[in-house]
Amino acid sequence: MLQAERTQTAVHPDSSVTLHQLAHARAGDKGERLNVALFAYDPDHYATLLEQVTEERVLALFAHRGASRVRRYPLPNLAGMNFVIDDVLQGGVNGALNLDGHGKTLSFLLLSMEVNSS
Amino acid sequence: MSFLLGSGAGFSGDRTDAAVAVVAELIKRQQPSALVFETLGERTLAAAHRAMRDDPESGFEPLLDELLAPVLRDCLDHDIKILGNFGAANPGGACQVIAELSTQLGRPDVRIAQVHGDDIRQQLHSLDLQRWEAERLDMPGDDALISANVYLGAKALSEALAMQADVVVTGRVADPALFLAPLMHHFDWRWDDWDRLACGMMAGHLAECGAQVSGGYFADPGFKDVPGLATVGYPIIEVEQDGSLIISKPANTGGCVTEQTVKEQLLYEVHDPANYLTPDVTVDLSQAKVRQLSPNRVAVTGIRGKPAPERLKTTVCYEGGWQGEAEISYAGPNALARAQLAAQVLRERLIFRAPAELRTRLDIIGLASVFDSDSGELQRSASASASGDYRLRLAAEHSERRWVARATQELLALYCAGPAGGGGVRRQFQRRVFTASYLVKRSDVNAHASLFESSPLGERRSERYVAS
Repeated sequence: MLQAERTQTAVHPDSSVTLHQLAHARAGDKGERLNVALFAYDPDHYATLLEQVTEERVLALFAHRGASRVRRYPLPNLAGMNFVIDDVLQGGVNGALNLDGHGKTLSFLLLSMEVNSS
Repeated sequence: MSFLLGSGAGFSGDRTDAAVAVVAELIKRQQPSALVFETLGERTLAAAHRAMRDDPESGFEPLLDELLAPVLRDCLDHDIKILGNFGAANPGGACQVIAELSTQLGRPDVRIAQVHGDDIRQQLHSLDLQRWEAERLDMPGDDALISANVYLGAKALSEALAMQADVVVTGRVADPALFLAPLMHHFDWRWDDWDRLACGMMAGHLAECGAQVSGGYFADPGFKDVPGLATVGYPIIEVEQDGSLIISKPANTGGCVTEQTVKEQLLYEVHDPANYLTPDVTVDLSQAKVRQLSPNRVAVTGIRGKPAPERLKTTVCYEGGWQGEAEISYAGPNALARAQLAAQVLRERLIFRAPAELRTRLDIIGLASVFDSDSGELQRSASASASGDYRLRLAAEHSERRWVARATQELLALYCAGPAGGGGVRRQFQRRVFTASYLVKRSDVNAHASLFESSPLGERRSERYVAS
């Protein structure tokens, strides 16, 4: 089981890992607003995500793109959470000069966040 | 017995052979079913309106023939209802194409229904409109307006099915309403049975992007592996009378339906999960659960519904000036420095070769691009190998074509006047469409259906020749 091996080898006590090791995500856009849904591979890591992947940290991660507000909606039944990030799309699918006006690639910007997995 | 909802396409530009395996599976299961084509994005509709200005017989999904030809006869023969928003700006034109195709396939008796009422362009400025909560843009003037379409709910589509339509053609409707309509028709749910409406709407939400729930847009090698992505099976949703849902896919196709694929799509383009707004119901996903029943079968439970929002969302498309892009590659030893020098040269040139209000952005693909800001913050702080394979990209916008043409031409000129070893320039520019979203009163929208009466094959074209 590739996934089980990855979790065992990647997560050590007191170690810092990228969120990508613990969770998967998908982004979607509506106008200038982006949502990124984030889910723990292992439900045991849901508490870690809740504690560390906060609205403040997500806002900081997207600040260089003009993000003005982040709201987080926890979904305990799904071991996940939905982030809604305002004004992050530099004009959106029609207005942006960015190659990715939808912001579809930004799920992996969130997954590049460092978290402490202990 | 459950009702089966198959997805034949999830956007305009999707695989045109995907519906074949879905229809084969629907026939094999011998249950009441429908096949849905969702091919209309925000911008697709604006492009369709623009195409129609040049050719009044266009304005619908350009690949309509290619999408329907492989499956239309089988669907008609096995009473699989077809619904699609492939009518775009010209549902009547799409109906005519489908009528002609059916005749060619030996089924001139096809019943095609058209849904009306989404296009409110003509009365837009006399309506009581509210700005959608996340909208920043002001309403355009009449001269810039291209299109204004309401996201209709499932009622008019359900009416079309009550007229015994085999094929239902729409323009703008809420994408999942294409899937809710056949459920309303089949199960005869009440329009205020909010929990069932919510389940039906979420069946549509999960299936509307095609393969995105069955292994598409999911693979991350070594982390989330997907078998057979080249032949990924598009979803089939099994819905029961009580609203319970199971996500599945056709046998002998690639892809996978797992708790993970379903969770990702469940929240796709959703904001507040407890208040997902659709024209027919407000959906509460906050207590939803997913459970793997067997390989490639996942149940979704715990979906709740609340009364529908008072107003309907409308998307307005209007002229947004010009936008262009141009790129040039640098590779091998010291490529990064050459690409960075090229960017610097271009910046200097544009200061005196283009007006100050020209908006531009420069990316160095391979160093930093899609994650970056327009001002290139990541590009300045990112580290990368001095040698490699880098591509400088310019994007520019202006209200006038000539300045976007000039800016992209300046990148082209780096061929002879820029750093060493630049190659592979691509350059393109086009009109841009802006969109803005507003909320319109339900009482101002007249959604309804009618059966399409086709003109005999060829008559339409010959009439046109006589007229000209």
